[in-house]
Amino acid sequence: MSDFFAMGGYAAYVWPSYAVFLLVLLADAIAPTMRRRRLLRELRARIARQAARHNRDGASPTAPERP
Amino acid sequence: MSRAPLSRACAAVLRRDLTLAWRRRGDIAMPVLYALIVTTLFPFALGPDNALLQRIAGGAVLVTVLLAMLLALDGMFRSDIEDGSLEQLVLAPQPLALMLGMKILAHWLTTALPLIVIAPVLASMLQLPAAIMPVMLLALVLSTPMLSLLGAVLVALTAGTRRSGMLLALMLLPLCVPVVIFAAGAISAAQQGLPWVAPIAWLGAALALTLVLAPLACAVALRIALDA
Amino acid sequence: MSSWIPLWLHRLGSPPTFYRFAGALRPWMLALALLLGAIALYGGLVLAPPDYQQGDDYRIIFVHVPSAWMALFIYAVMAVASFIALVWRIKLAEVVAMESAPIGAAFTLITLVTGSLWGIRMWGTWWTWDARLTSELVLLFLYLGVLGLYHAFEDRRQGARAAAFLALIGIINVPIVHFSVNWWNTLHQGSTVRLLGPSSMSDAMIWPLLTMMVATKCYYLASLFARARTDLLALESGKEWVRQIAITEGRA
Repeated sequence: MSDFFAMGGYAAYVWPSYAVFLLVLLADAIAPTMRRRRLLRELRARIARQAARHNRDGASPTAPERP
Repeated sequence: MSRAPLSRACAAVLRRDLTLAWRRRGDIAMPVLYALIVTTLFPFALGPDNALLQRIAGGAVLVTVLLAMLLALDGMFRSDIEDGSLEQLVLAPQPLALMLGMKILAHWLTTALPLIVIAPVLASMLQLPAAIMPVMLLALVLSTPMLSLLGAVLVALTAGTRRSGMLLALMLLPLCVPVVIFAAGAISAAQQGLPWVAPIAWLGAALALTLVLAPLACAVALRIALDA
Repeated sequence: MSSWIPLWLHRLGSPPTFYRFAGALRPWMLALALLLGAIALYGGLVLAPPDYQQGDDYRIIFVHVPSAWMALFIYAVMAVASFIALVWRIKLAEVVAMESAPIGAAFTLITLVTGSLWGIRMWGTWWTWDARLTSELVLLFLYLGVLGLYHAFEDRRQGARAAAFLALIGIINVPIVHFSVNWWNTLHQGSTVRLLGPSSMSDAMIWPLLTMMVATKCYYLASLFARARTDLLALESGKEWVRQIAITEGRA
């Protein structure tokens, strides 16, 4: 088993390579998820603010009269 | 439609840009001074050993000229965007690519030509042998227009953005790599006594292609960037 | 629009439809990528024999070569999407083009780092101006330029079109750069040692490599779907279908 990890003496080159491969792709996989959560959170906040404003104003006093 | 209006339009654009540049002729000196200062940095950085300087002279002068042009590129369209005259040009009936070609020509005349004129001074400060000067000048005459043309396309793309000079440099560098390789390669080959005509010929061919395509690309880029 | 485009492709261009389609397909792509990747890694690290010349060091190719291939492949996809976006102004094409850029940049970065690590043994230094490494570096700059330009615009759609144009200029440049860097390497002869592969590629080495190539492609699709979905949410944030998603996910 330790032979496997030693990689014939090239462990210092082989394992960091695989680590870089996995870590960079992991970062790439996580980034859109985090962005998505933040986006939806902001959107919900915006919807809540608009709903609160609508409730506070009642029927909006500045709405144009329908002919 | 007679040809006369078109050539008059071209001459008008050229004359306008040259006049504007002449009115701020202090600005013409800036890239030249910059190149001079950067060139003097090389011996300070590398030591005054003439043999070493001689080996790097061609490449160093080329990179210095490139950097100086990069600095000057940023202002190519800026004042025209700010006062709206560029949009007028886009709306004009004359072919936009041709008008932009004239602007690029004016820009090259006022930024690259002074640099080419002092390039022999810069090169001899770095101990480039006098026999190599013609090759260096030829390489510069062929490569600097390409830098102006390619740079113009990129400056047009960033027109109206919150621009940073670093972004322009990042975008321009990959496009410049072949130009730098062949221009410096020609100078280096001449220095080693190897045939240098091949890279010069490549530069010439690339310039011919760029002369035709870059103004068209610049027009498309400008339309994309201004189409808010 | 042209009648040769089938209806399902038309429908796919609509953001809510693509959102659902990508959302359904992504887990499968990701699972496939992980499965094939694990198989490839096992085959490359455990099953394949050590190379005659390079010993175990050559095993880096199982991540280096697929990454290098993906870096170029993704750029090609980005260029095609950019072309479609510029000519037909299809929103989805803009999204695919712009969201492919960070994935391509990631693979280019992996290629450079693993190439350096592999080269340390060959050249005794982590960086050298080898033709392929240099071209990869220029490719990274091209990706970063596209990303930088895209984010420099206030208006995202305009930014996407400008960056798409830059991507097209870039793809014309890629073969030119390869050609000129090769010429440059031959001109300044002496130091260049080509990055040699294993002395001979036995079958035991080839199948993990090919499997990893397929795995990385699946991963690219999975990542692209995730990024594209998020970007569509951002682009269409005023629309009703996006608001519905925000509300239902808030309750969940």
